[in-house]
Amino acid sequence: MKPPPFDYHAPRSVAEALDVLAAEGERAKVLAGGQSLIPLLNMRLAAPGHLVDINRLTELAGVEAEPDGVRIGALARHAEVERSEPAAAAQPLLRQALRLVAHPVVRNRGTVVGSLVHADPAAELPAVLTLLGGSVRLARRGGPGTPAAGVSVSPEVPAGGSLTVRDVPAGDFFTGPLESAAGPGELAVSAFFPALPPRSGTAFREVARRHGDYALAGVAALVVLDDDLRITSAAVACVSAGPVPLLVEVTGECGHRPPASAGWAGAARAVQDRAEPEDDIHATAGYRRHLVGVLAERALRDAAREALNG
Amino acid sequence: MAERTHDITLVVNGTVRRAAVPGRRLLSDCLRHDLGLTGTHVGCEHGVCGCCTVLLDGEPVRSCLTFAVTVDGHEITTVEGLADGERMSPVQRAFAECHGLQCGFCTPGFLCTVTAMLRDNPVPTEEEVLEGISGNLCRCTGYQNIVKAVHRAAEIMAEES
Repeated sequence: MKPPPFDYHAPRSVAEALDVLAAEGERAKVLAGGQSLIPLLNMRLAAPGHLVDINRLTELAGVEAEPDGVRIGALARHAEVERSEPAAAAQPLLRQALRLVAHPVVRNRGTVVGSLVHADPAAELPAVLTLLGGSVRLARRGGPGTPAAGVSVSPEVPAGGSLTVRDVPAGDFFTGPLESAAGPGELAVSAFFPALPPRSGTAFREVARRHGDYALAGVAALVVLDDDLRITSAAVACVSAGPVPLLVEVTGECGHRPPASAGWAGAARAVQDRAEPEDDIHATAGYRRHLVGVLAERALRDAAREALNG
Repeated sequence: MAERTHDITLVVNGTVRRAAVPGRRLLSDCLRHDLGLTGTHVGCEHGVCGCCTVLLDGEPVRSCLTFAVTVDGHEITTVEGLADGERMSPVQRAFAECHGLQCGFCTPGFLCTVTAMLRDNPVPTEEEVLEGISGNLCRCTGYQNIVKAVHRAAEIMAEES
């Protein structure tokens, strides 16, 4: 239960971190909050040759709420984002989901971007990013996308040497269980969660054996109404329902109707049909499929209520 | 080949402490082995049991999920630092009074977690207490007396403030 040896790097700037990641490639792993990585190291399920600790890169600690969404830096802890009133005002689903992420003590250390890069299909934040259509910003040294010398390409990454920055949409970012599009040499510098549109609401519902445990199943929902308060868009993203967060568009099933007469049950069945849960020691696949349907209906109803009240 | 070490400085319970640690030294092991502070207990070593919880710059964290070298230059409070000299802290006294411990293995983690919880929320509801201690496991007490102790600690702190 002790981590295997590794070469430890403590870069003082993003540029220095990118240099180390470029030099070590696949042998290097980024350490942010460590609340997922260090258990893997302690259990010796991972043994990277080099660890690049970004905890000194305070320039990546920002949480910036803008009218179009919330940009969260790679060093922003779950607890900081959860407490941020501007972030909650711009996109309430962030706080709704973060309250369900592990325990408060773990949230003091774990980071939002780290959860995304860890890409656990049982985690809440990948589902949130998927449902909202957010993105992850990846930076690396070299490459064809080099900006003009001296031009800062983003608030987080000062130019200086050649640099490539790309924003990967959530739909392309999660590629498998614990697998993301972040490649060797790349550093996830921030993530962007789009703001809540007008006349819309969100909710997150999950079932876990104990508060803070991994959810047996969970569902995030987003419902958008029109000026007549009829549903124009409804979608859910499911946790523990497949190898990556499962996005299910259920606008058709809900119907262009007021929430009071929407087809919630049909939407729940559609979600169940799409889910691909697995058996494990905690629950059968059949039970998880049942939960996904029940939670989808509850989350959609909650989201619709938020939309009406908002 | 000897593993490379890093010189770090921590302020532990108000005292400046120095150690030379390999990159992989967990903060829990640094406190116990390098600094001799064995009050911090190590249970599961993968972030589930909460026994190793300490305060990092005042905030409770899992010391088994933190590398010592990462927190170089920061302030740590362990269970040894909660008392005011010989006088136990309100949280410690409440745990003793309410019988909030039996074997005591989980207790240092509970004390650190609850100390921070009551600082941020001096009058927690029952639900807030349950969520606040949800990350700390106790195999003896059945939690009822721990929950009572948290409420009692809040009372003591209110009386003494």
